[in-house]
Formats: sequence, structure tokens, C-alpha cells
Amino acid sequence: MTTPAAPAPAQKVNRLGLPLADYRGGKTTLCAGCGHNAISERILEAMFELGVPSERVAKLSGIGCSSKSTAYFMGRSHAFNTVHGRMPALATGAMLANRTLLALGVSGDGDSMSIGLGQFAHLMRRNLPMVYVIEDNGVYGLTKGQFSATADRGATLKTGVVNDLPAIDVCALAIQLGASFVARSFSGDKRQLSALLKAAISHRGTALLDVISPCVTFNDHEGSTKSYAYMKDHDSPLHELSYVPAQEDIAVEYDPGTTVEVALHDGARLRLHKLEEGYDPREKVAAVARLMETARSGEVLTGLLYLDAKAPSFLDVLGLPEAPLATLPEAAVRPPREALEEIVEGLR
Amino acid sequence: MSGAATAAARPEGHAATSQRVNDFSIQVATPNGSGSQSSNTVLLRALFQMGLPVSGKNLFPSNIAGLPTWYTIRVSRDGWIGRKKEIDLLVAMNPETARDDVLGLPPGAVVVHDAPLPLGALREDLFFYPVPFDRLVEGVTPEPKLRKLLRNMAYVGVLARLLSIEPAEVERAIGKVFGKKARAREVNLAAARAGLEWAGGIEKRDDLAVRRMDGNAGKLIVDGNTAAALGAMFAGVTVVTWYPITPSSSLVESLIGYLRRYRTTPDGRPTFAVVQAEDELAAVGMVVGAGWAGARAMTATSGPGVSLMGEIVGLAYFAEVPAVIYDVQRVGPSTGLPTRTAQGDVLSTAFLSHGDTRHPLLFPGTVEECFAFGGEAFDLAERLQTPVFVMTDLDLGMNNWMAEPFPYPEEPMDRGKVLSKADLERLGGFARYADVDGDGVGWRTLPGTDHPKAGYFARGTGHDERAAYSENPVVWERNMARLARKIDGARALLPAPVLAGDGAAEVGIIAYGSSHHAVVETVAQLRGEAGLAADYLRVRGYPFAAAVAAFVEVHRRVYVVEQNRDAQLLSLLKLDLPAALLPRLRPVSHLHGLPLDARSVTDEILDREKERHP
Repeated sequence: MTTPAAPAPAQKVNRLGLPLADYRGGKTTLCAGCGHNAISERILEAMFELGVPSERVAKLSGIGCSSKSTAYFMGRSHAFNTVHGRMPALATGAMLANRTLLALGVSGDGDSMSIGLGQFAHLMRRNLPMVYVIEDNGVYGLTKGQFSATADRGATLKTGVVNDLPAIDVCALAIQLGASFVARSFSGDKRQLSALLKAAISHRGTALLDVISPCVTFNDHEGSTKSYAYMKDHDSPLHELSYVPAQEDIAVEYDPGTTVEVALHDGARLRLHKLEEGYDPREKVAAVARLMETARSGEVLTGLLYLDAKAPSFLDVLGLPEAPLATLPEAAVRPPREALEEIVEGLR
Repeated sequence: MSGAATAAARPEGHAATSQRVNDFSIQVATPNGSGSQSSNTVLLRALFQMGLPVSGKNLFPSNIAGLPTWYTIRVSRDGWIGRKKEIDLLVAMNPETARDDVLGLPPGAVVVHDAPLPLGALREDLFFYPVPFDRLVEGVTPEPKLRKLLRNMAYVGVLARLLSIEPAEVERAIGKVFGKKARAREVNLAAARAGLEWAGGIEKRDDLAVRRMDGNAGKLIVDGNTAAALGAMFAGVTVVTWYPITPSSSLVESLIGYLRRYRTTPDGRPTFAVVQAEDELAAVGMVVGAGWAGARAMTATSGPGVSLMGEIVGLAYFAEVPAVIYDVQRVGPSTGLPTRTAQGDVLSTAFLSHGDTRHPLLFPGTVEECFAFGGEAFDLAERLQTPVFVMTDLDLGMNNWMAEPFPYPEEPMDRGKVLSKADLERLGGFARYADVDGDGVGWRTLPGTDHPKAGYFARGTGHDERAAYSENPVVWERNMARLARKIDGARALLPAPVLAGDGAAEVGIIAYGSSHHAVVETVAQLRGEAGLAADYLRVRGYPFAAAVAAFVEVHRRVYVVEQNRDAQLLSLLKLDLPAALLPRLRPVSHLHGLPLDARSVTDEILDREKERHP
């Protein structure tokens, strides 16, 4: 980034003319080094780079360290920090009321895989248009380090307690339940996470991102399978990803033998440079099979695991009009006098 | 073997000299799922069409087929439409319950029963009419399955003849009930005629009869759930979420039907969203999400659902989000008696959720109010930015009531304090939870408002006026005090209590909801039977209007009539009234799960009054 001979560089702005600072939020109260802080950074960068107006975004979260993080980015957006495990229902209601919103849900493994598993399942099944980020660290941080349901069997706590139940694979579950965009990433993989977040924002339907996000205080030790060290050794990316925005119509040379492009709903594309032969993220059964294989071997498969860019979203299924239901004028939502007269006549 | 030949002799002391005209109750006992519902509706409608004040109540089991069901119709020339405790005419079609049903009748009652049931010998003080139902419907259709159903329409014909219901009105009612289904209409007409014809050949020995009168001109017959659904639709509801639960399911099902018919855009898109949620937690969560985003959102449920909703209702109370929740109450605790009626959720709903919470409750007492309180509830929820409960019950919700035609809502909707983009441009910003108007209600913005200062962080955690996280004790206390003030403001906004009487009596009665229909009759019985004058105040909202305390103030003894064990509304009154007034309150509580009847209430009040003046 050297621009010799240039005058003092102007502050970089996005297509709305806004600087990155405009997408920042409150100061984080999470631990230094927490993976969640890195994810917050990636989210606000992605929103900045795509030029998403903060006013359009509704940030929703449940309860836990992850759910607190919505206060630490995009301070101008509306937000609702709800109750434990029930963010999906609140997000569903908000989108029913105003489908022009861009819903961004931030949850944790405890929030979504234990107390909120039912709501998680039904949101995936409905394919509600939203970006759903799970900041997955395998432990309950705010209550000081109990195992969550995504902790791997055999993983240990600092106290020596061993987890003897199998882990719930968030992504395999989401694919099976009907989510139309399912990805896994690592808070430490800046490039991959950025591309996936942007692709998720471009998607119409539920875009689920399970982001392994180490808890530096309670789950970053030897014996943890959600630590920085473990991820460094076991992160197994499916592909290298580049996000190509809809506005950029630049034809870039790529080798069709090693690279594929998938089209996203808003015209953007995600370019997958294949590291793994023969993996096609449009194949549901293969995706689940691959997840189960890697789970057995202890590898953490990351990248875009599954995509169906054309699956109808819940709002399409309901046939809702383009205008938000919340602000339809009275004349549109109170039937005329004659309607009541007709109904009353039928009850005589 | 004709019915006339096998009928028992006239019971002693019950000569049919003085007729009981337009004042009796009918009970039809059938096994659940045997198809008696349309027959009972035809019977009710035929009586209604003759101008008689009627009401119909279905007493059904938590079961799809087989368990006993009773349907009662009351005909009352005086216009009483609460349940009548005594049954005057029994139609015994259910072998399983017939014996007990007959043994429970008062002397002089009439029994129309399936001829094979050996009931005639059970009592000598009743009028028995054994009817060969199988034979009556033999000629109507060759299909055995259909014949079984048509036996029910045959008893309608028999009753029509015995009670002098005009056959033309029975035929009209059949036309109404079966509508465009021509074949169903024809066979049912034939079955009713078979019953009429057969009964024409027997001797009428009892004294029950109806005669055309002008007692219901202009009225409708409708159940409370349908009325509530219409109220919500005309209140402009846009988001409806639910999880099926008796007795509230028919409210939402009825609403879905009306919305589909009357709430689409010119290009055929719905101006509403209905979601059958995965449970009640999700149902209310969606309502709160939608309310936060500015929609008029509602759910309907019953006690078990309300229990599940507690946590999210607390969030909505504290984050100050409008929500409308219909609680069609049934008998708890736990699964309780899911198909029986009660007013058992009053206390727990008023304070639903942990911490200091309090929620406005509306108590519709009639189907007219089930309709009207839809608009009230949505206006109030948005005005106060808080969850509002409409406390109806199974009796009101699922039974058939006469009603005045619902008036079209003339007032524009009150969407509450919402700042638009233009407002924000003018103001330069806002503090979400600041009490700028002195009523405890802050101004809010809706997500999506296109202004850089529009956003705020809604949360269930401690927060200051600008919605920022705060653990400051002073900020916390100030906020909680404001919330208390805000909910207190509902006293003047909720529908005012209704006073019957001149307020000069020594005895007062307070009641609410479906108890109303028994209590108005009780007031008349007290005066007519014991010369006891009583004023009656019907409470329609919580927190209580000032008029409630004023009513207790001017009455020496105040009976609080309700359908629960623990005198729940009375308990709320105790928290609200000055201590000096509390000794005046006396509970009259019923919790048997049957719709409240005037006789029981009257007898209890008279007993208690006698204790005072032996």
C-alpha cells in the first residue's frame, strides 16, 4: 500500500462515502485475545466494504459472551439483545414485520446448540433471510467455563474435567435442517472469514456461519479442540475463497479445472479455488458425509460447505409484499366497513 | 313396537297442565366424534330463528372420538344466557353415560332416548320418550355410516315436534348449516323429517314448549374466539404467531380464514404473516421481534402457553415492546382439564416473569367485547409499549352466544410514540427511555428508519435513558420507578368498569369475564327470591380503574365472584385497595370447570348473608 508522490492520503471511504470508523461500535468488554473480537472486526469490515447502510441492519443476539458482541460493532444499527437461546424467534418476528431489514444474528454454541436448539432448528428449516453467526468456542464463558454441546468428546477443561458426550456438529445439523448457506470458519482466518461473511450478506435465505472462536480464558489450553493451537494444526480449508461483488464485472482468468465460481443471490459471486478435489458445495449429501468424516479424524473442515442460492426464503413462501408489514397504512390493514357488514350478515 | 306404546306413564304430580314455555334447558349426551355437532347447531339456530333468547354450550372431553360429550342449549324468555344448572330435557344418545345422566335430572324433566337403552325404569318422576332412532333413519340412506350420523338429525326432528319448534325453521337452519353441500342438506332434511313424523304419532305428556317471540331481533350467534379474531383483524394485526392449544386454536384458525378473505393487496399479496411456531416460546418471541420492528403482532394461547412465555414477556416488559397475547383460559394447574373453562391465570399473568413486572389485562365479558377489545389491546400495547393480555376463557371463546352486530371501529388506530426520520431531523436525536412527556412512556424508533441517530440498543439488561448498558443503582431504580408509573397509567386507559344498579345497595358484587352472564342473573334472583338488592360492578381491566375502589368504598359487603380456587382477582384487589376496605371483600369462587351458573352463585351469597343475619 505505498502510494509515493501522492498527497496526504484521504480517509478511505466506501461506496456510501462512509469511513470504516462509521461502522464501529462500543468498546469491547470481552477478554483481550477473544476470538469474538476478531469476528466483530470482520463483520464491520465486510459491511463497510460492501457499503451496507448501518440503518438497514438489525443486529440480534441471545445471551452469552458472543451475544454481547453486537454492542461492539456497527453502533448506528438497531439492535436487540434478547434472552438466552431465543434470538431466532425475535429475528423471525422482526423480518416478518420488515422484510427490507438485513438481519444479522450473533449467537454462541451454548445459546444455539443447547438452550436454543429448538429455535435454531426451526429457523434453519424456515430458511429465514438472515446472516446467523455462531461464535463457537465449546464453552460457556460468562458462567466461567462449563462445556457446551459443541465440545468434542474427550476434550478437557483446565480443571481436568473430560467431556464424555459427543459434539453436535452445527453445520451438519444446519444442512440437514434446510439452511441454504452453511459455512464454517475460524476467527483467526481473516481472509476466509471475510469472504464468507460477504457471501453470507449477499445470500437470500439463512446463511449460517459456524466460526470457531477460541476462548482465551477457559478453553485455549492443551486438551481443548477449540484452541488457537488446535485450529492452527487441524484447520482443513476446503478451498481458497474470493468474494467478487456484483458491481465488479471484471473477468479474471482462472483455471476451470481448479477453480469454480458460485453465483449468489444479489449477483455477487464466490470464487472457490479448490484445494480439495471433487468437493461441490451444491451437493447436500456429500457435504454432510465429508463433515462426518473430518469430525472422525479430528480435522476441522472450513469453507463454504453448502449453498443453495435459489432456495425460496421463508418470506417468499409466505408471499409477503415488498413493503414492510409494520408500516402499511391503516387503509391497507383495516378492511372496509362493507367487509364487516358482510361478515356480520353471515353470522345471522 | 311404537314409541308411544313403550312410553312410561305420566309421573305423579307432574300433570302437563301448566306449560313451561320458552324457559328451559336441553342437554344432548353423545359420544365424542359421533357427529352431533351440526345437529346441535341446527337445534340452536332453529330456536334462535323463532326469536328466542338462546345460548349453546359444548361440554367436551380432551379426546377426538369416544369419550362422552354433552351439549346444552338454554332457552330463556327473560334473556338469561348463562348456564342453567338444572337440565329440563335430556337427549340420551350415549349408552355409557345415560344412566348417570338420567339419575342427575331434577323431577319433572323430560328424557328423549335411544329406544334400546333401558332407562324408563330408572325413575318414576320423569317423562321418558324412547325413540327407535335406527329405524327412523333406515329409510333415509342405505349407507350404515351415514345412518349413524343422521340419528342425530332425527332427534332434532323429534324435539321439534315435542317442543313445537316450527319445522320451517328447522329446515332453514339445516340449509344454513350445510350451506352449499346439497346432498348433505337433503339427507339431513330427510332425517329431521323422519323424526318429526315419528313424534307426531306419540302422545305429548310433558309440559315443555316453545312459542315464537321477539327476543333476539338483529342479533347474531357467534363464539368468542371468532369475535376475537375479527376484532384483531379490524385492529390491523399484521403478524400472527401461534402454537396450537385448546381452547385458543379456533381463535387463530378463524383469524386465518378471515385474513385470507379480507386482507390481501390488489395484486393478491397478504397484508399479514401467520406463523405456526415450534412452541409458545417461539410464538411470543416472534411477536416481540415483530413488535420491536413496528408491527401489530399477536399470539393466542392458554395457560400452559402463558407459563412458557414468561421469560420473553419479561423481556418485552423491560425492553418496552408492544405485544398482544390472548389467553383463552382453561382449567389448570398443569395440563389440568384442557377442555373445561376457568379464570385461573389472572394472578400469574398479571405478574408474569421474574423481577418486578406487571402487565395490563383486559377482561372481555361478552362476545361483543371479544371483538371490541382487539382494538383496545393493540392501541394500548403500542401506546404503552408493553405486552397486553386479553383474558378470555373457554366458555366465552368456544361456546355460542347471542351478540349485537359488531360496530365498525370508527377511531383511527393509536400507533403510539414513534419517531420518524423527519422527527429525528428536527430533534437531532432522541433518548429511547427518557420520560419526556411525564407519562413514563418514551419515544421509540423502528428498525430500518433511515437516519443516523435512529438506532438504539434494545436489551433485557440494565440500561440508562439512552439504552446504554448500565449497572448503576440509581439509574436502575429510576428506570423501574418509571416503568411502574407507565403501567399505572393504564388504569385510566383500560375499558372502564361497568356498574349495574344505583350504587345505593348495602351489598356489592364484583365479577369479570364470562362470569358476567351468571352474575346478572344472580342479581335478579337475589332481588326476586330474597328481596336482596345488590349493585354489580363488572371489572374490565387491570390495573384497576379508580372506580373499583370507589365501589368497594360505598358497599358494606362486596362479593367477588370468580372461576378459580384462590380468589385471584380478589387477591389483586387486596394489593390495590386501602387496607380499611379489605375486610369488605368476600370470595365467591367456583372451580369445577363448568361454565358458571347463577343458581350456585345466588345460593352461596344468600347463605353467606344468612350467616350474618340468622
